[in-house]
Amino acid sequence: MPYGWGTGGVQVTASLLKPDDVLKVIDQGADDTTNAVSIRKFFVRTAGIATTEDTRRATVIQTRHRIPETPLGEGQILVLQVPIPEPLRFLEPRETETRKMHALAEYGVMHVKLYEDIARFGHIATTYAYPARVAGRYVLDPSPIPKFDNPKLDRCPALQLFGAGREKRIYAIPPYSRVVSLDFEDHPFSVQRFDHPCALCGGRDSFLDEIIMDDRGTRMFVCSDTDHCSKRRAAGLGSSGKRR
Amino acid sequence: MTISKLLEITNLCKTFRLHIQGGVEIAVFNGLELTLARGEVLAVTGPSGTGKSSLLKLIYGTYRAGAGRIEVVHRGSVIDIATATPRLIGDIRRHTIGSVTQFLRAIPRVPTLDIVAEPLLERGEDAAKAKARAGELLERLAIPPRLWHLSPVTFSGGEQQRVNIARGFAARAPILLLDEPTASLDPANRERVLAMIAEASAAGTAIIGIFHDAAARNQVATRTLALTSPP
Amino acid sequence: MTLADDQPLLVAEGLGKLYGGRVGCLDVSFALWAGEVLAIVGESGSGKSTLLKCLSMQLAPSSGRVHYRLRDQRMVALDRLSEAERRFLMRTDWGFVHQDPREGLRMGVSAGANIGERLMAVGERHYGRIRGAALDWLDRVEIEADRIDDSPLAYSGGMRQRLQIARNLVTGPRLVFMDEPTGGLDVSVQARLLDLMRRLTHGSGLSAVVVTHDLAVARLLSSRMIVMQAGRVIESGLTDQVLEDPQEPYTQLLVSSVLQV
Repeated sequence: MPYGWGTGGVQVTASLLKPDDVLKVIDQGADDTTNAVSIRKFFVRTAGIATTEDTRRATVIQTRHRIPETPLGEGQILVLQVPIPEPLRFLEPRETETRKMHALAEYGVMHVKLYEDIARFGHIATTYAYPARVAGRYVLDPSPIPKFDNPKLDRCPALQLFGAGREKRIYAIPPYSRVVSLDFEDHPFSVQRFDHPCALCGGRDSFLDEIIMDDRGTRMFVCSDTDHCSKRRAAGLGSSGKRR
Repeated sequence: MTISKLLEITNLCKTFRLHIQGGVEIAVFNGLELTLARGEVLAVTGPSGTGKSSLLKLIYGTYRAGAGRIEVVHRGSVIDIATATPRLIGDIRRHTIGSVTQFLRAIPRVPTLDIVAEPLLERGEDAAKAKARAGELLERLAIPPRLWHLSPVTFSGGEQQRVNIARGFAARAPILLLDEPTASLDPANRERVLAMIAEASAAGTAIIGIFHDAAARNQVATRTLALTSPP
Repeated sequence: MTLADDQPLLVAEGLGKLYGGRVGCLDVSFALWAGEVLAIVGESGSGKSTLLKCLSMQLAPSSGRVHYRLRDQRMVALDRLSEAERRFLMRTDWGFVHQDPREGLRMGVSAGANIGERLMAVGERHYGRIRGAALDWLDRVEIEADRIDDSPLAYSGGMRQRLQIARNLVTGPRLVFMDEPTGGLDVSVQARLLDLMRRLTHGSGLSAVVVTHDLAVARLLSSRMIVMQAGRVIESGLTDQVLEDPQEPYTQLLVSSVLQV
């Protein structure tokens, strides 16, 4: 596997799959990237399970860098791969110390990071792997998903699992857990907003990828979640967002 | 002790043992007795080396008595300084015994006004009132307001001594120890200080002072104690 | 108020630390009250740093114990506290100023974040208030306000030390431990730092235990003093008592060795 893709997700998925599971694999929201395709084929070959690109039909969804736009339901499992599972690592290199900090809920340093952002940039500049607090108790790194996806973690009916292969760590957010992104009273958490609708389906509520079309810098904004976008188009919604 | 007696020293013995000089012993007191009542100004006299400053330091608790009692009336009780805990001695210094040493220990950067106000602040006085009182005393001793924000480190010997005196008188302690209060002063300032001593004594302060200047001594002292070398 | 019912803030009872057969410190007992500054003086190898670490819960003593009076007035034995209680105490009620400020600061974040961290650790969630507190403390330790976003890497040694003090005092601790706080600083820088420490401790109700080899520092800052040699307390008393009427041979040697300028 290419370094950086991470075995964490693959290991977690491998341990979960039952013969009747339906697996979806996405990479930055897309089912058709090389890596997503390889992993899907790998599991078909080794586990013999069915696969799908349809978020609603999947029972296990392995993902890197995005959470699907389609809301997940009870019984589904989301598997996210995390490169650095320890949210406190940036300020505390010692594992013994970070474990204590979690055990004693000593999370002051997380807000130090946000403070630094505001002091330096005038706002919280973290846009990926934005730290959040689970069940009012534990702070986690939700993996390098855009902060746009953080609200999806909150009270999600699906089980959300996080695997870090190199660090041999697994953590989980049980279904319906409260997940609140960290912020300050006077600098509340907010998600990214896009100026453009999706060029293909006209959607204004999804996370968009920016695609450079040519050498002259022409760009196009399209949904990063390919399944979500194609469903909207199949339902007759066009680039204006209105039914054709 | 009677109501007016504030200090009673009984059988005071003090010998310095200088271990690094082969254990040489210097006996300073061998059974000294002394009492001091409200309003008295006791002048301690004697040749150099007879222990005048040592006596004041023993009363203030800086020197430790070898034997004997040094009893003061403190917050309504009689306390023996010779056996009191450091913490209690600290409280006695804050509330009962004021001291004017021979030389001001000037700390760089600490303003004159703060130095004089400190004894009042240490006993819990309001900062504004403490500084106002400090200002009154400094003005009385002819240290002008333009100098109050400066540290006395650069002042003349006489100016430093007047700051020291202001500090000693600030808290109006019942007992006041004065070690050569007029030594570095010109005649005008000498008179100011002697007037302050007389006023304090009239107000009931019990004072022990060392005055090398006989005229000054005669002007304010109500009693004298002549020290001689111990046998 | 009488003295009798005024409880001490910190009490060491027969405190000792052994390393195999070697004595770190032995049989140290004293009591410290609110508003007092106690100096622990001694030369290298005297055990003063070991003692400080035992007092501040960084080392577990081999014998004896330390008691501390919490804000609710309960007197607790420190070894009976849970780890969570210990760490909370160290963040809110206590401060520790290291000789090398790099050990007591986060060099990778700004000065403002360094000062604000303890506030954030106890739940302060308003950026404006945190920054305001940081500015207030920078002013109190005489660091210019426009340095608030600089990393301590850009600070001089004296500034770093003052920043360390601000970082420790922002939560209003009642007891601060200092380990050779002026060590390694130029004389003029030391003077400024000592002046600051004196102003912060005197009359503020803040208690401090200051380890130093420098008698002048002890004279300036402390009202009481303990002299240590080879792990044992040789002499103790009011600072002026120990410095002007030293009783023990070692104390006399120490005091007489100091050059008078």
